[in-house]
Amino acid sequence: MLNDFLILMKSELVITVIIFLLLFIKIGKGMKNESLLSLVQVLLLLNFIAGFFFNKEGSLFGDMFHTTPLIVFQKSILNLGVYLISMLCADWLKKTEHLTEFFILMLSALLGMFLLISSGNLLIFYLSLELATIPVAAMANFDLEKKRSSEGAMKMILSSAFSSGILLFGISLMYGATGTISFGEIAQHLDGSPLQILAFVFLFTAFAFKLSIVPFHLWTADVYEGSPIAVTSFLSVISKGAIAFIFMSALYKVFQPMQEMWYNMIVVLAIATMVIGNLFALRQQNIKRFLAFSSIAQVGFILVGISSNDVAGLTAVIYFILIYVFSNLAAFGVASVISANSGKENVDDYKGLYKTNPFLCWIMALSLFSLAGIPPTAGFFGKLFLLTAGSARNNYWFIIIAALNMIVSLYYYLRVIRAMFMDKNEQPVETIKINPSVKLAMIICGAGIVLVGLLSWIYDYIHALIK
Amino acid sequence: MNLLLLIGIPLFTAVAVLLSRNKQQVKWISLTGAVVQLAAAFALLFAFQKQRTEGNTAQMLFDQNYTLFSSLNINFHIGVDGISVAMILLTSFVLIAGVLISWNIEKMTKEFYFLLILLALGAYGFFISLDLFVLFFFLEISVIPKYLLIGIWGSGKKEYSANKLALMLMGGSALILVGIILLYYNAGHSFDIMHLSQVNLSGHLQNIIFPLLFVGFGVFTALFPLHTWVPDGHSSAPTAGSMFLAGISMKLGGYGCLRVATYLLPEGAKQYADIIIVLSAIAILYGAFATMMQKDLKYINAYSSVSHVGFSLLGIGMLTQTAITGALMQMVSHGLMTALFFAVIGMIYDRTHTRMTNEMGGLMKMMPFISTVFFIVGLCSLGLPGLSGFVAEMTVFMGSWQNDDGFHRIATIAAAMSIVVTAVYILRAIGQTVMGPVKNESYLQLKDANWNEKMAAVILVLGILAIGIVPVWLNDLLRPAAEVIMNRISGK
Repeated sequence: MLNDFLILMKSELVITVIIFLLLFIKIGKGMKNESLLSLVQVLLLLNFIAGFFFNKEGSLFGDMFHTTPLIVFQKSILNLGVYLISMLCADWLKKTEHLTEFFILMLSALLGMFLLISSGNLLIFYLSLELATIPVAAMANFDLEKKRSSEGAMKMILSSAFSSGILLFGISLMYGATGTISFGEIAQHLDGSPLQILAFVFLFTAFAFKLSIVPFHLWTADVYEGSPIAVTSFLSVISKGAIAFIFMSALYKVFQPMQEMWYNMIVVLAIATMVIGNLFALRQQNIKRFLAFSSIAQVGFILVGISSNDVAGLTAVIYFILIYVFSNLAAFGVASVISANSGKENVDDYKGLYKTNPFLCWIMALSLFSLAGIPPTAGFFGKLFLLTAGSARNNYWFIIIAALNMIVSLYYYLRVIRAMFMDKNEQPVETIKINPSVKLAMIICGAGIVLVGLLSWIYDYIHALIK
Repeated sequence: MNLLLLIGIPLFTAVAVLLSRNKQQVKWISLTGAVVQLAAAFALLFAFQKQRTEGNTAQMLFDQNYTLFSSLNINFHIGVDGISVAMILLTSFVLIAGVLISWNIEKMTKEFYFLLILLALGAYGFFISLDLFVLFFFLEISVIPKYLLIGIWGSGKKEYSANKLALMLMGGSALILVGIILLYYNAGHSFDIMHLSQVNLSGHLQNIIFPLLFVGFGVFTALFPLHTWVPDGHSSAPTAGSMFLAGISMKLGGYGCLRVATYLLPEGAKQYADIIIVLSAIAILYGAFATMMQKDLKYINAYSSVSHVGFSLLGIGMLTQTAITGALMQMVSHGLMTALFFAVIGMIYDRTHTRMTNEMGGLMKMMPFISTVFFIVGLCSLGLPGLSGFVAEMTVFMGSWQNDDGFHRIATIAAAMSIVVTAVYILRAIGQTVMGPVKNESYLQLKDANWNEKMAAVILVLGILAIGIVPVWLNDLLRPAAEVIMNRISGK
């Protein structure tokens, strides 16, 4: 039993240990920001590596906690993302006064996400979702001197409280309709009665809030803009990834009997999300708002993959999120370096950047092309597989709309590229001396963007994990 | 011969360019890469012909198949037939000329050559792929280089043109993407062209998928009315960029229209053939008349490209073996011709700093070499016998005439009329720029072509002459491949 416990929950346990370690450091003498940062980075890297060994399938605590090699892989993706954030945003992190608290909050949220992906019934699902959300709201407030940061945090906590309320209501209805809160048993009791459908709609809405699917996306842009970039990237990559994983497994495993119904819901929402996300991204000036709306559009594409309801869809979504981690984090990383060194966050400020900072420009260009889905970057493969999976039902119009959205998105990604490479500027951002660890993280992201696509066995590896 | 060489050499060159230290190194590495690539292309041609004379009648030679994404049945399947060999030769000619013509580029030399070679890599990969996924990958790979080449090194309203080009081509790609995904699902989860060419989809499905693919590839090859990126894109691009865009990138579209849309979906092709003919006849005439109105040399060649590429599409739409062979010859011939045309315009512009025909005059006095090349390319464009343009257009007309109903006859005659218009604008452009008195005194100091420009021009002129004087070899290369496609269309 103890053995099982140690092996099955190893990712969670390591994160918990790190949190306590940080707590002791804080209570004790404290540590310099630099050394604390490297310590956390090393531990996260170790946890990431450990994710590839001793993976077993099994469940604990009466099916409350459930894990498979696939779930561990998903956790590893998230863990990798947090590791990259801690490296990319080093400039900002070193300046923060309360770095220990920041990491405690971020790792608690990560722990919540790990439990969320592994959750086996609605109770633990709800608890871990809260654990994954509330610390992030506190993190959003970390630019203590900026009003916008507090505003963002307030908006986030209110909207997530609202969505939690909806979720709880959905859970209670679901319990009333099926008499159980265990995922495995709910699936057996689903017969499509009106009460169950109502409960499902509430649960779905809560997911939609967290994934910022249109029309539940209104909180996203303000929160992203107000928060420090480290938090924005955490929100847009790690949170989105975790919720997408659990959303998908809930739909595919628990709500499989209702698939006809949710297929239509997803198609409508996917179209709305892609179109609205893209249209709003067209005119954004602030790079964080810009990436916020582009990430809404990306969620639309993820929904296209989810709609397929088969192994190909599951593989494509996980593969896409892996690529998305690299691409989006690279973009946020560049934005973070520029913002930390010059305080500039507008697309117009990027004009003429290539003259002074060619390395940053190439990383940004790679990540934007990957987000737009243009080869040789991995984003091309990711998008293509999502669309391929999504067309399994021969729903032509759906795929045509998705493909047309790729054109719109290319337009606004090109805006940034144009500003960096082509536009002239009398006073471009000065040459920035990039910290070695930031540079290393950017190179990792760049390599990930190029290689995850070209090394085709990664896709097959995920596919094999699912089977 | 190992086809991986064809993408290996540019890839290696590109990496070497990235690692090089100064401009001289960049240039010489690129030139070496281009020369080796040309040698490889000739080696491929001879190896191919040797196999054929030895009686190897397999449709695709030298094919190799590697598993890429096994769970999705996507394979890296490559192989060549006569069409691919001809296109690869064309690409190598244009690449080496493009590298030579950009010899004096000062701004961001390393990036320029890197992108140029990446563009060529995409073309090589595209022409040898036998798997639609890989083919699409290589087609799309050229979006970034095209956009950046125009946007950074271009002239005029370059940012507008770059955006327009990238978005319109992306639109075409989106249609192609939907088309190939539909093919994939309806033909037993396969992207393999060889497999798909054995599958006969229902007429209904073909009627849905064919227009997606044909229009998608059509955007790349200036199918009327989706040609609007061509004039802006070509005129804003730097010289080597225009040469590539018109010489090779537009051929990617034509090749795709034939190999993917028409070959894989013969019923759809028959269904839509008349529309293709009408659209391409309009493009031929419209392009020719629009050229009449232009004064900017680059716009003249860009619009005349719309007209000339129309012949390729016309040939495909006619659906006879001769016409298809002619269409392919026209692609090769136009590729060489238009690359040379843009090269000459670039040379003239570098010296006079204007592209307006009415501001020039008497250039023959100062630059006899450039003017002579300009003459040759002009005559090729208007279809003088002995040069490649005549051979290709003549073959298309002969093939078209084989359809003996009124509709096809009228379309053929209409297309043939454009030759007269072409003669008018070409002769006028040459007359205004090269002949006559020197209008601008300061031009008297101008010098003739440098060694690199001469080399570039000579290489392309040799290509044009090789097709014009001895068209047999090209015909022998293309005709059997066209026959395979034709057999599929006529259901043999």
